[in-house]
Amino acid sequence: MNIELLSQYLVAGVTYGTIYAIVAIGFNIIYNATGIINFAQGEFVMLGGMIAVSLHAFLPLPAAILAAVLTAMVIGALIEVIFIRWLVSPSVLRMIIITIGISIIIREAALHIWGEAVRALPYFTGSEITVISIGDVHISPQVLWVTGISAVMVALLTFFFNYTLPGRQMRACAANQDAARLCGISAKNMVTLSFVLSAGIGALAGCVVSPITYVQYDSGTALAIKGFTVAILGGLGNSTAAIAAGLILGILESFSVWVMPTAFKDVVSISILLLILFVRPSGIFGSVEASRLKEF
Amino acid sequence: MRSRHVPVLLFSAVVIATQLLAVMLGRPQYLTQLTMTGYYSLVIIGLCMLIGYAGQISLGHAGFFAIGGYVSAFLTTFDLMSFKGNRLVGLFSNAGLLVTVQDLYGGDALVFHPWIACLAAVLVTILIAYVIGGPVLKLKGHYLAMATLGFGTIVYKIVLGTAFLGAADGLSDIPGFRLLPSLEVSGKAPARIQNYYIAWGMVALGMLLLTNLIHSRVGRALRSIHSAEDAANAMGVNTGKYKLHLFVLSAVFAAVGGVFLTHYNGGIGPSEASIMKSVRYVAIVAIGGMANLWGALSMGIILNFLSLRGYFGSYDDAVFGVILILIMLFAPEGLLRREVFRGAKKWISGRGKVEGQKA
Amino acid sequence: MTILEVHNLNKRFGGLQAVGDVSFSVQHGSIKALIGPNGAGKTTLFNLLSGILPPDSGTVRFSDANVQGLQPYQVAAKGMSRTFQHIRLFPHMTALENIMIGRHMHSKAGFLAGMLSLPWTRKEEKAVRERSLAVMAFLGIADFADTEATSLAYGQQRILELGRALACDPKLLLLDEPAAGLNMRETAEMARLISRIRDTGITVLLVEHDMSLVMNISDEIVVLSYGQKIADDKPLAIQKNPEVIRVYLGEEDA
Repeated sequence: MNIELLSQYLVAGVTYGTIYAIVAIGFNIIYNATGIINFAQGEFVMLGGMIAVSLHAFLPLPAAILAAVLTAMVIGALIEVIFIRWLVSPSVLRMIIITIGISIIIREAALHIWGEAVRALPYFTGSEITVISIGDVHISPQVLWVTGISAVMVALLTFFFNYTLPGRQMRACAANQDAARLCGISAKNMVTLSFVLSAGIGALAGCVVSPITYVQYDSGTALAIKGFTVAILGGLGNSTAAIAAGLILGILESFSVWVMPTAFKDVVSISILLLILFVRPSGIFGSVEASRLKEF
Repeated sequence: MRSRHVPVLLFSAVVIATQLLAVMLGRPQYLTQLTMTGYYSLVIIGLCMLIGYAGQISLGHAGFFAIGGYVSAFLTTFDLMSFKGNRLVGLFSNAGLLVTVQDLYGGDALVFHPWIACLAAVLVTILIAYVIGGPVLKLKGHYLAMATLGFGTIVYKIVLGTAFLGAADGLSDIPGFRLLPSLEVSGKAPARIQNYYIAWGMVALGMLLLTNLIHSRVGRALRSIHSAEDAANAMGVNTGKYKLHLFVLSAVFAAVGGVFLTHYNGGIGPSEASIMKSVRYVAIVAIGGMANLWGALSMGIILNFLSLRGYFGSYDDAVFGVILILIMLFAPEGLLRREVFRGAKKWISGRGKVEGQKA
Repeated sequence: MTILEVHNLNKRFGGLQAVGDVSFSVQHGSIKALIGPNGAGKTTLFNLLSGILPPDSGTVRFSDANVQGLQPYQVAAKGMSRTFQHIRLFPHMTALENIMIGRHMHSKAGFLAGMLSLPWTRKEEKAVRERSLAVMAFLGIADFADTEATSLAYGQQRILELGRALACDPKLLLLDEPAAGLNMRETAEMARLISRIRDTGITVLLVEHDMSLVMNISDEIVVLSYGQKIADDKPLAIQKNPEVIRVYLGEEDA
């Protein structure tokens, strides 16, 4: 294996891994705020790409992306308000099944709106043949967009959670909802906010990666499973670890093509998921005791 | 004759009446969809036992259906003729496990006998179910849901991506399954009525076996596990073992459904292993009332038949997704609770208390 | 003859030593009570004995075997059954069916036999039913056999849970606050039932707060405080034990 091939696998791994990490962070935001796993997280990514492509027909690219992200955020809020908000102490199992149902509805709606065709936004800079070369390593500029925008998102999220009032309110709610409410924080609004945030980052990720991976009405499901794998791998709720875990999964998946047919790439990631669940559900970085204390 | 067997008799009567009705009304093609519905029902009643009596969700049961169907399909179509010199093949041949059939071009092909293929399918299913069931059943909540979802997806991706399993096109030209000299599971039009009764006979048998199980020592133990697992454990019930056995049993039901439907349809495709199918099965069990075998069976029949007849159009998968959400939002215990059926049972048995009654 | 021997049992939850170096023994055919203020570690100790929790260290010797760390169903199979502080009956099952679970270990019909409803399983079921009804009769609740378990009155539910544990044919019965929530008449009835159970040869280890019951029927009492054993003696001696008095009533002002 020469440097060129190695770097290709690595770049692909990092690209996909970054997206998986963003999806995982989306999972974590909602999980931290509510304790539930939102299986529809993958659909936000799909919707971001699909909506942006449709809007791009009559809007300039940045506007289309912005509008798509905002639309996804509204959808995220609607989902929370319609399906989640009014439930009284639901079990986590019931919740994940509901979100699986929601993801199916979104999927089917996407199928009826956009059909089965794959779509993609144009490359943000250049085209599919543009490359930036560093020695023997050739990278598409879009990869830099993916990692760049994702890094900016993570930075903004970190700032949000640590230095802004709503962000700290969300962390308070995540740590101890009753105490937070006693302090006057509206837990309900925090939950809605968590859905809005997760939808937003998912949609943006979907927009920025669509030129490379294309997006299709059923892209969401695989992303949800892999995003969940990454979230678990890093320890559920731990977004910093999710970044590392995302890159690990992306790279493992990418290099697996070296030893087995491409068709089995997904089998690799799901097998990793099962392995973690069976052996160490608290993830690489999570603490075993903390994961046991979380209500299942 | 126990009172709990009465529903099976009534059911059999309904099955017969339906067949006669379909022929009388000049709609024999309905029997085809009804036969397919029957085989899907096997998956559903097995899953109902698992969800209702062991309290374990499985979002990957279509995977077991597919394992059964694909193993059986592969073994009955994979031509061993070119391996005739091979020692192992010779061994199989001498043991009478192989048959010679006509291949697509009119030549001879050497494949496994359908009975052997069926047996192999069930054994493979049992093995896989035991292997993954152990660790899976130790999980709870969303981890359990995701693990079973993951399992189903792995099966789907494997059959989708494997050339000798037909990849995206699946396997076809599956020969019929001759059960007895005069009884063959196949899609041939003249055998339509025969096949209808084979399918529903198996469903009736399955209901009988499961109803017996519910009213037995094991059934009682399973119910105790579902109501208060730690207390059951403290009373000497090996809860882990029982949940695992039930998981495997439900997997076998699904696999048998898969084997027979494959022979009936003459083919199988990757979509049988998809998440959408698994969700469909769970939605039906949920709307039927999670621990209510007859409820799940009835809802399964209605919904699967409508789906197969195409009444849901392109919204087929969406319908089941919506059903699942609605049930989970408003009636997580399921719509047709056992109370409704117990009332009917009382009326049937004609006395105040039903033997072996459970609340 | 000692039927249960607990040796240096330890259990820690994070910073809390719930059970600290506890040792005691129970004589066959006796009634031993485990008392102590709230939070003393009594239920934790029960959970360690019955296998619900694994101990950090120490041994539990029961019927010539070490049972610490075994699964609850394994402990039950060795002859130790229990009731729970907060009633854990099986809802959606009748009172009789709850008792019949207690007979699970003494019957054999498995999946295959159950599905095929083989004739010998029917005989076995009949025997299980009869034995369970006998237990209910012994406890005076036979009339409620076909009532749904959680629809019974609280006091009857406590007796039912006792019956379920009894149906296991235990050598040692662990009762976790059997009189909790019972009024005076019901408590006296419970005391009577426990004595009758002991008279049939079953050893009883019970956790209780109701002192009248404890003092009345116990042969020996172990006192725990903050996870430590502070006394292990006959009832009269316990009543006069200054350490026990201090733990329950506090220091006298000097």
